[in-house]
Amino acid sequence: MEIFDVFLLEAILNGLLLGGLLALLSLGLNLIFGVIDVVWICYAELIMCGMYTVYYLHVQYHWPLIAAMAAAIVLVAVLGVALHQFVIRPVLSAEPINQLLVTGGVLFFLQAAATLAFGVDFKNLGVSLPPVRLGEMSFSAARLVAFGAAIAGVLGLYVFLNKSYLGTAIRAISQDRAVMPLMGVDPGRVFVITSAIGGALAGLGACLLVLQYDVHPAIGLSFGPIIFLICVLGGLGSMVGGLVAAFVFAQFISVGGFFFAIEWGYVIAFAFFIAMMFVRPQGFFKR
Amino acid sequence: MIGNYPLHLMILVLLWGYIYTSWSLMGRLGMVSFGHGAFMGIGAYTVVMLWNHYGVSPWIGAPAALAVAAVVAIVIAYPCFRFRIVGHYFALVTLALSEVTRLVFTAMREQTGGSLGATPNGALTEGTTVALGALQFSSKWVWLAIVAVFWLAGLWVWRAVDRSMGRLALQAISEEEEAAASVGIHVTRAKLRITLVSALMTCAGGILYAQYQLYVNPDTVSGIAISLQMVFGVIAGGMFVMLGPTVGAAFTLLLAEGLRLAWGNRFPALDSTIYGLMLVLFIIYMPKGILGAALDALRRR
Repeated sequence: MEIFDVFLLEAILNGLLLGGLLALLSLGLNLIFGVIDVVWICYAELIMCGMYTVYYLHVQYHWPLIAAMAAAIVLVAVLGVALHQFVIRPVLSAEPINQLLVTGGVLFFLQAAATLAFGVDFKNLGVSLPPVRLGEMSFSAARLVAFGAAIAGVLGLYVFLNKSYLGTAIRAISQDRAVMPLMGVDPGRVFVITSAIGGALAGLGACLLVLQYDVHPAIGLSFGPIIFLICVLGGLGSMVGGLVAAFVFAQFISVGGFFFAIEWGYVIAFAFFIAMMFVRPQGFFKR
Repeated sequence: MIGNYPLHLMILVLLWGYIYTSWSLMGRLGMVSFGHGAFMGIGAYTVVMLWNHYGVSPWIGAPAALAVAAVVAIVIAYPCFRFRIVGHYFALVTLALSEVTRLVFTAMREQTGGSLGATPNGALTEGTTVALGALQFSSKWVWLAIVAVFWLAGLWVWRAVDRSMGRLALQAISEEEEAAASVGIHVTRAKLRITLVSALMTCAGGILYAQYQLYVNPDTVSGIAISLQMVFGVIAGGMFVMLGPTVGAAFTLLLAEGLRLAWGNRFPALDSTIYGLMLVLFIIYMPKGILGAALDALRRR
């Protein structure tokens, strides 16, 4: 095997790992859209809050990493519920675009509040896992962990939605908002629970991201757009679609970045998104 | 006489007021674009890059930038309108566009300086205050006059659109596309026309911004951040009244400057924090913005 091919293979496998992470990040957003019919533009900023929580609890207050991560997941889940109760609920009956914009306002607020509270500097968790070597290729262990956790998260959510009573109620609401209240399902309660699950998934995403990247107030802007585009590309609200789209996107970024500079990988991925919108506006999988 | 600092603020208010007005031409008719940062960036970068690398005067660079912006607007907007991509989806497609331009400017770092930004080569020599060929002026009064003209022109376009048949057609489209099409409105053409006007005006705003600040940076002239800034400035001021976008520009700028004067630089993002909180409250309780709500209150009295 030529050396060139080994590096290409490494890029493809790294893309696969990145795909798992992106799949998890877009999962919560997708769930919320499917059930509540609202796009949380500030989703990446919720993840940022989780990253800061892990960083401060672990580095400043010397909590064990696992405890800090658990606390972050709980905190972001609470944030998700608060976001729903105080921001989304008042505009649920307003025009859909207002719901998009109001979460955009939250994005602005969280980003600025983080700058105010934590400053603009990059904060590193200081936990480094050794790289995993496979033949001539090497992979970051953090990415492998993230990939595993992401797959576990996806499977866990799938089982929850399909096997539990609550999960069935959530799926039912997403299929017909008008009839379900007549069947004895309280949409308000389902929305709160969905927001909590969406928030917890953002918190889990934060735990995985903080192992690989430094946290700073603008970090949401660097991967937030990718998450929305993945959800739209897969078909907003379609879990399977989001999963497929995440892996497709990650390959464009990783392999595109291998042949050119990393930004061009993103440019190709975004251009592919725009083109796909014209070919299949409803996404890969129509709900 | 007025000092340089108030003059600078007035220039910025009018310039952003003009850009926000350009955005609202589409936004108030139901086309919420998150991609106007792309047009602003194309304006700013095309002119500065042509000047720095090929010595092409901005007077030639500007039409070139407008041409590029027009092509990009058509390539993105035509399929969007043709395939009925509206609402959320339109917002997200245009969001992808503004990220693409930001990333392209960053990735071409050999030419553009990447995320460090670039400065147009200075044409003002010792003792001169005007370099007409390079579109560089050291006097803020000249800039105030230039942006005032553009701002007034923007308001004039708003009025002209308001009085045209096209506005009625677009309003019908924003309510119900199929119904509008069924009474003989050419939906795609009507939307494309207003999009072109809005995109070209924003592109011109980008050119002025770069020439006034004498600095371009991928993050401050394009990308999601600047696109959101436009959307939210307009929402704060009021999307549906002519002076709303300008009021939004003045409000955001004065809020930032006021807090900075009151507390200095001790709290670097305090203004944005307050602003973000107010935006959320505005959208929930005052969706017509400051000026819209004020006019409503006056009318009720």
